[in-house]
Amino acid sequence: MNSVWLIPLLPLLGFLIIGLFSRFLSKTAVGVIGSGVIGASFVVVLTYLFPALNGTLAVTSPGFDWITTGKLNISFQFLIDPLSVLMMSIITGVGFLIHVYSAGYMHEDDGFKRYFAYLNLFVFSMLLLVMGDNYVVMFAGWEGVGFCSYMLIGFWFKKDEYNNAAKKAFIMNRIGDLGFLLGMLLIFVTFGTLTYTEIFSQISDPNTSIIQENAGVITIITLLLFIGATGKSAQIPLYTWLPDAMAGPTPVSALIHAATMVTAGIYMIVRSNILYSLAPETLEVIQIIGLATAIFAATIGLVQNDIKKVLAYSTVSQLGFMFFALGLGAYTTAMFHLATHAFFKALLFLGSGSVIHAMGGEQDIRKMGGLKKYLPVTYWTFLIGSMAIAGIPGFAGFFSKDQILAHAYEHSTLLWTLALIAALMTAFYMFRLVFLTFFGEFRGTEHQKSHLHESPAIMTIPLAILAFMSVIAGWVGLPPAIADMLGVTADKFGGFLSNVIYPVNNDTAHHALSHAMEWALMGISTIAVLSVIAFAYVTYVSKSVRPTKEGEHAGLSNMLYNKYYIDELYHAIIVKPLNWLSGQVYTLLEVKVIDNFVNAWGKGVNSGSKSLRFVQSGNLSFYLFLMVIGIILILLFNSSII
Amino acid sequence: MNNFLNLSNSLNNYIILASILFAIGIIGVLVRKNIIIMFMSIELMLNAINLLMVAFSVHHGDPQGQVFVFFIMAVAAAEITVGLAILVMIYRNTGSVSIDALKKLKW
Repeated sequence: MNSVWLIPLLPLLGFLIIGLFSRFLSKTAVGVIGSGVIGASFVVVLTYLFPALNGTLAVTSPGFDWITTGKLNISFQFLIDPLSVLMMSIITGVGFLIHVYSAGYMHEDDGFKRYFAYLNLFVFSMLLLVMGDNYVVMFAGWEGVGFCSYMLIGFWFKKDEYNNAAKKAFIMNRIGDLGFLLGMLLIFVTFGTLTYTEIFSQISDPNTSIIQENAGVITIITLLLFIGATGKSAQIPLYTWLPDAMAGPTPVSALIHAATMVTAGIYMIVRSNILYSLAPETLEVIQIIGLATAIFAATIGLVQNDIKKVLAYSTVSQLGFMFFALGLGAYTTAMFHLATHAFFKALLFLGSGSVIHAMGGEQDIRKMGGLKKYLPVTYWTFLIGSMAIAGIPGFAGFFSKDQILAHAYEHSTLLWTLALIAALMTAFYMFRLVFLTFFGEFRGTEHQKSHLHESPAIMTIPLAILAFMSVIAGWVGLPPAIADMLGVTADKFGGFLSNVIYPVNNDTAHHALSHAMEWALMGISTIAVLSVIAFAYVTYVSKSVRPTKEGEHAGLSNMLYNKYYIDELYHAIIVKPLNWLSGQVYTLLEVKVIDNFVNAWGKGVNSGSKSLRFVQSGNLSFYLFLMVIGIILILLFNSSII
Repeated sequence: MNNFLNLSNSLNNYIILASILFAIGIIGVLVRKNIIIMFMSIELMLNAINLLMVAFSVHHGDPQGQVFVFFIMAVAAAEITVGLAILVMIYRNTGSVSIDALKKLKW
C-alpha cells in the first residue's frame, strides 16, 4: 500500500479511537493518541515534502473508483504534487503543534476527549480537501471541515450565544457551498469530468476550441467557485461568521479559523488557477473584493477590545490580502502569504490563548496590561508574531506582504497605496494589542493578578517553535533585489510551485520591477510600518491612552466599534424579511390550509364512526338478520356475475 | 339402489321440502326470542341440508353424501350438547332464556 493513504487515515483512526473508546481512555492517553496520530501523519508528509523541495517528487494519484454511473466517473484519488504537499505540511505540522498545545490548554475542560475527537476529524477532512484529485473529493473535505468547524465553535454548547455563533458559521458557509456546488455542476456539464488534470489538459490542449466556445461559461464557473471561497474564507459579503466563530476554544481558532480551514478557498482558487487565468473578469472581482475586505476588516480591527476579536478581524483582513494577490494573478504569492500567515497567525492565537489562560478566561484587553513580566515567553513569542504580521523586515510576513505589494505596484499605484494602507492598519492594531496587553500597569482585579502565571511547557514549546518558523519562513521567498545582493535564487517558493501554476499567455504576464524600484517600495513600506508602530507606542504606552469605554464611542469610532452595523444590516434585510415570510407561511399556509386539510381527515373518520357505531346495538337477532341479508346478497351477486 | 326406492322423478319434491324446512329454520332464528326455539330452528336448517344431501346422494348413485350426513349428525350432537350447556348457564345467570337478556355487548 502506498504510504500516501496513511496521511489522512491516521487522523481518522485517531478520531475513531477517541470517539468510540474515550470512556476507557484517560485524558493523558487521549492527548497522546490525538497529538500522536497527527505527528505521525506529519512524519509521513515529510517523506513527500523533502523530495518535493528537491524537485524530485513524482506527481502521483493513487486511488480507486468511487462513483461510476453513466457518463459520470469519479474516482477517490489523491493528487500528490508540490501544492498539495505544501498544504499537507502546513495542516499536519501546525496542526500537530496546536494539538500538543491543546493538551495543555484544554486540560481542565470536561469535554477534553470530545475536543480531541473533533480536532482529529477536522484534520482528516482538511487533508481530504487538499489531497483530492477532483472537485468531488475536495467538496467532501470542504463539507467535513465545515461540520467540524460548526461542532468546535459550539464546543461549549451550554451557552446559547456560542450555539448561535456556530449556527451562523454553518449557515454562512452553506450559502457559499451552494455556489461551489453549482460551479462543480457547471464544470461537469462543460468538461464532462471533475478531475483537475483532465479539465486542465482539455483547456491547455492547443487543438481544442473549448475555450472559445465556453468563454462566458468559464467566467460563470469561476465566479461560482469564488462564491464558495468567500463563504469558507470569510470574504465580503460572507465574512461575518468568522469574528463570531471566536466563541470556540482558542486553539480551535488558531487551527481552523486562522491557519487552515479558512485558507481552503485560496487553495481551491490556486488549484483551479488555469480556469481563473482564463476569466480576467473574475480576477477583477476577486481583486476588488479581496482588497475591500482587507481594508474593511482592518478598520474594524482598529477599535475592537476583545483580544480574539482583534485577531479575528486581522485574519479576515489577511485573507483579503491573499485574495487580492490571487486577483492580481499572483497565485504563488497568495500561497506564500498563506504559508507564512499560517505560522504567525497560529502563533498569535496560541499566544492570546496563553494570555486568556493566565487571566482566567478574561478576553478584554482593557482589563489586561503589564503582562510582560508575568508571561515572558508568551510576550516574546507574541511580539515576534506581531512583528511578522506587521511586516518588520526579516520576519516572515515582510517577505510575503512585500511580494503582494510589489505585484500591486506592477498593476497600478492606486492598488499599491490602498494595500499599503491596509498593511499599515494591520501594524497599528497589532501593536495596539501588544502595548495594551503587555505594557503599562495591570488593570484587572486583584484576584486575577494573584493568579497570573506563565503557561506550562506543553503550551510554551509550541509557541517557541511557531515563533521560530515565523522568523525564518519568509526567507524562502526572497524578492529579487535582496536575493541578488546575497547571491541566492530569488523566490524559491514560487519556483517550488511553478509546475502547478499553468503558464498564462496574455498581457497579465510579469513585467519585473527594476531593483531600485523594489528597494524603494520596501523602504517606503518599512518606514511607514515603523512610524505607525512608533505612533502606537506613543499613544498607548507613553500617553497611556485607554480604549474608549462601552457606550462612549462617537462618530466614526462608534461606527467601527459596531463593525459598520453589518450584522444589523444583514439582520434587517435578510433575517427579518425571512422571519416575516416564514410567519406568513405559517399562519396562512400551515395553520389554515395544511393543518385544516390534515385535521379534516381525522374529523371525518371520527364522525363517520360515530354515526356507524349505532349498528352495534347488541341485539343478536339484528346481527343474524344482517348476516342472512349479507349471504343472500353475496349469492345474488355471484350468480349474476357468473 | 334405484330398485329399492325410485326417487328420480321426485327429486324436485325433496328439494322443495328441504328449502321449505330451511326457510322455516331461518325465519325461526330471525323472529323468535326464545333461545331454545332458535336452537331448534338451527337444527331444522341442519336437517334440511341433511335431507338434501341424502336426496342428491341417491339421485347420483353416490354413497358419499350419505356417509357425510352421518358425520354431520355426530357433529351436530356434540354441538347441541355444548349449546345446551351454555343455555343452562345463561338461564342460571340471567333467569331467562330470552335472547334479549344478552344485549350488554354494544357501543
